[in-house]
Amino acid sequence: MISNYLGRETWLHRMPAGAKLAALAILSVVILPVDDWRALVAALAGVVLLYASLGKEAFKRLAMIRSFAVLLAIIAALHLLAGTWQEAVAAVARLVMMILLADLVSMTTTMQAMMAALTPVLTLLRPFGLNPRKLSLAVSLAIRFIPVLSANWEARSEAWRARTGRRPSFRLLGPFIADTFRIADHVAEALDARGVARSRRGGREWG
Amino acid sequence: METRDLVRIALFAAIIGALGLLPKFDLPVAGGVPITLQSLGIMLAGVALGARNGALAVLLFIFLVALGAPILAGGRGGLGVFYGPSAGFILGFVPAAFVAGLVMSRLEDVPIIPAAIIASLIGGIGVMYLFGVPFLAWKADMTFVQALLACMAFVPGDMLKAIAVGFIADAASRAVPKAIAGRG
Repeated sequence: MISNYLGRETWLHRMPAGAKLAALAILSVVILPVDDWRALVAALAGVVLLYASLGKEAFKRLAMIRSFAVLLAIIAALHLLAGTWQEAVAAVARLVMMILLADLVSMTTTMQAMMAALTPVLTLLRPFGLNPRKLSLAVSLAIRFIPVLSANWEARSEAWRARTGRRPSFRLLGPFIADTFRIADHVAEALDARGVARSRRGGREWG
Repeated sequence: METRDLVRIALFAAIIGALGLLPKFDLPVAGGVPITLQSLGIMLAGVALGARNGALAVLLFIFLVALGAPILAGGRGGLGVFYGPSAGFILGFVPAAFVAGLVMSRLEDVPIIPAAIIASLIGGIGVMYLFGVPFLAWKADMTFVQALLACMAFVPGDMLKAIAVGFIADAASRAVPKAIAGRG
């Protein structure tokens, strides 16, 4: 699956995932009370430099912020209407900076490394009924099935287009959901037959 | 937890992801206004899997996004979205699915189409905005009313999705017995 992970290794890739997550958490707490627009714009410039330090490909990823453009424009407009331009700049700069910083962590950390860094935290949730092994099985299943279900949907909408000449309708969703449940039950039977996710009845203990 | 529940939760998280990746979509009543279907997936999770498992499916979906999977509507993913102004809606996905499931089980005696529509309106719109709007106000230094205004543009589309959920749930439950939690 395509992700926003940056293929070419940079110095930030080599930092441990846990350290990056901790740095992000600390920075987000530090940045929150800052209201001075000049300080926030300066910090944003710093983040842009950080992107630049990772090479051209990373720098291009700054464009990801475009997916927030509409919402950011609305926020800026409401601030301009109700307050001063300084407030508008501060609000937008703070948001953009934190989004970019957080994306930087995701861009330089694989999903596996992220999962591994989170495992100690997840283990703490055991008393609340969370089973890390079941979680990782569920994560693998979901990741595996997103492309499968997308392809299944594509086939349905192709057929729909061929028959009606129109764009796919929401009416295709009912059978699509039903089909997914059928697949789910087959997968569950297969897992049970192999004793993979068994919780109580004999075999390995999962629950 | 039964294996069957675990797999249904995982595959529903995959459905929500797949729905976000779909290109835009025509709803007949929307006059051809294209909308994305991720929030429809959230409503459907609660309606189809029930409160607990629906919320778990959504939680799993959000966990995948946090791990870096680009499966939010528009192909976004990673930690950045949780720092965005609309993160409250993403976090609100979980209680939204939970409440939709709860309402659905309360409406046991109501036919499936109206029950699913009401559950989606209360959970998928009411609860979702209850989390999304104050969070937006906080993140963007706006007043509650300003934040509410900024979100108004999305309400009509969400209402259409809630209505669609009613018909989708009905079609799914007729195709597969027990597709909808507590029914059939």
